[in-house]
Amino acid sequence: MRLTLRRKIVNYVMLSLTGICTLFAVGMLLFILGYLFINGGRSLTWDFFTQLPKPVGETGGGMANALLGSAKLLLVATCIGVPIGFLAGVYLAEFGGSKFSFVVRYTTDLLNGVPSIVIGIFAYTVLVLPQKHFSTLSGGVALGIMMIPIATRSSEDFLRAVPLSLREGAMALGASKARTILTVVIPAAKAGLLTGIMLNLARVAGETAPLLFTSFSNRYWSPGWNQPTAALPVMIYTYAISPYADWKQQAWSAGFVLLMLVLAINVFARMVLSKRGHVVR
Amino acid sequence: MSVTAPTAFETRSSGRGSAFWQRLRSGDDIAYVITLTCAMTILAITALLVFELFTNSSVARRQFGWSFLTSNVWDPTGERFGALPFIYGTVVTSTLALLMGIPLGVGAAIFLAELAPTKISNALTFLIELLAAVPSVIYGLLGIFVLIPMLKAAEPFLRGLLGWTPLFSGPFYGQSLFAAGVVLTVMIIPFIISISREVILAVPTEQRDGALALGATRWETTWNVVLPFAKKGIMGSIFLALARALGETMAVTMVIGNQPEIHTSLFAPGYSMAAVIANEFAEATGELYQHTLIELALVLFGLTIVINGLARLLVLSTTRRGAG
Repeated sequence: MRLTLRRKIVNYVMLSLTGICTLFAVGMLLFILGYLFINGGRSLTWDFFTQLPKPVGETGGGMANALLGSAKLLLVATCIGVPIGFLAGVYLAEFGGSKFSFVVRYTTDLLNGVPSIVIGIFAYTVLVLPQKHFSTLSGGVALGIMMIPIATRSSEDFLRAVPLSLREGAMALGASKARTILTVVIPAAKAGLLTGIMLNLARVAGETAPLLFTSFSNRYWSPGWNQPTAALPVMIYTYAISPYADWKQQAWSAGFVLLMLVLAINVFARMVLSKRGHVVR
Repeated sequence: MSVTAPTAFETRSSGRGSAFWQRLRSGDDIAYVITLTCAMTILAITALLVFELFTNSSVARRQFGWSFLTSNVWDPTGERFGALPFIYGTVVTSTLALLMGIPLGVGAAIFLAELAPTKISNALTFLIELLAAVPSVIYGLLGIFVLIPMLKAAEPFLRGLLGWTPLFSGPFYGQSLFAAGVVLTVMIIPFIISISREVILAVPTEQRDGALALGATRWETTWNVVLPFAKKGIMGSIFLALARALGETMAVTMVIGNQPEIHTSLFAPGYSMAAVIANEFAEATGELYQHTLIELALVLFGLTIVINGLARLLVLSTTRRGAG
């Protein structure tokens, strides 16, 4: 069969189009990075990390309270999301029967797909409504619930990747199942598990929607865990849609800091992941 | 792997009870109970979520019934609420995102899986997956300050090209359904690419060899053999992307214009379900208003659950990567 010219042309045109699609996607990332570097990095000052926001009309100030607020929210979220998610992952990988595991797995995936704003509403009805005020705790719980499904599925995957022979070896030496899991399986999957937790943290660190009516916002420091608090992503949102030029500029700085944080965790975690092969053979 | 029998817990009479404590000491049952509890917690949280959304929207559901979904009046001061403008905005922006995102995403996936050398493909996929990690508020920020000015500059061109359709008529102020659709497109592309690429890579090489040996060009092989083989998985990735687009809140809120109106023109401002919840919930006074917004959340939840359920089934059946 001879290739007609038309078929040749279609071949080249379509294949180059797929290349252009790829260029577009990768170019988008470079564009986002570049734009935030130029616009946000430029105006980033030391004050941003150490000062409270200034009242409307005064220029300068920083977002120190929002940085601390985000850290506190993530701490609460980690304390809730990681243990529950991880242990459920252990159940699925090590103990689960087929039927119940399927139900748990499917529910986990569905929970993972629930829009973050709906999770925010949920945390609001469960915690804010009875207490009648916004709090760091409720925001942290909302983020924690978002962490659970990813923690579960990534733990399950990494535990399953540990070869069966390791478990058999431990059990042959007389170790109980619990001991095998604790001293053999989990250590073998350690790097992967850590990667999962870091990627999970990076994902919720940028979440804005669930915080809007749980941790709300605060112009000042938020003492304790039961007061409304500022958080970096929420600050970016409110500053970006504000009418003040100075606030918009600060939104860029905050966006730059948030993006760098999220991408740094991502790159670092994925590099740990790529070393997984050396840990488990 | 053996499953420890939970029946041990049901009997606490002296004889079997002491055996039970013995086994507990060895740790197996403790580990089983603790991990099982955590797995059950996930089910409990999901059930509680549905329950809370349902009970906390009762006032609105009683008041409006099914007409809530078909009424297009949104009047918080007069306490008359209809969800149609928001459902419209959500559906239009998501559809727009799919129309633009599917060709781009699947195209890039084809390039990465079929043409690019493995090393380059892996490096580019790494970059594209980073794109998926960018928080949505950052997309919103870029949407407001970069995309909208760009769209305004491109407006005469778009009008010249497509102005004869009712879709691109009327005044254009920047914040619009179209801007929201573009932002969503950029946000869903990484999902389509990374999952579709995996699905395409999973197509057996023999399939390609067969078609190439019969004299098909590279493109014909991809289009007629590889893509049909990977169809299910690609559909799954598209459904996953759709679910994400439907629930996307911040980026859409920042560029859609936030007007509860229904316009045929994509240049007109609109509103989406997630956006109206984000904007109005914290200030919603009165039980009816709040319950109405929670009912919207319930509708959104139902919609994403259905789409996600379909997606998981499709993706699970082709690759092992159900969790996404």
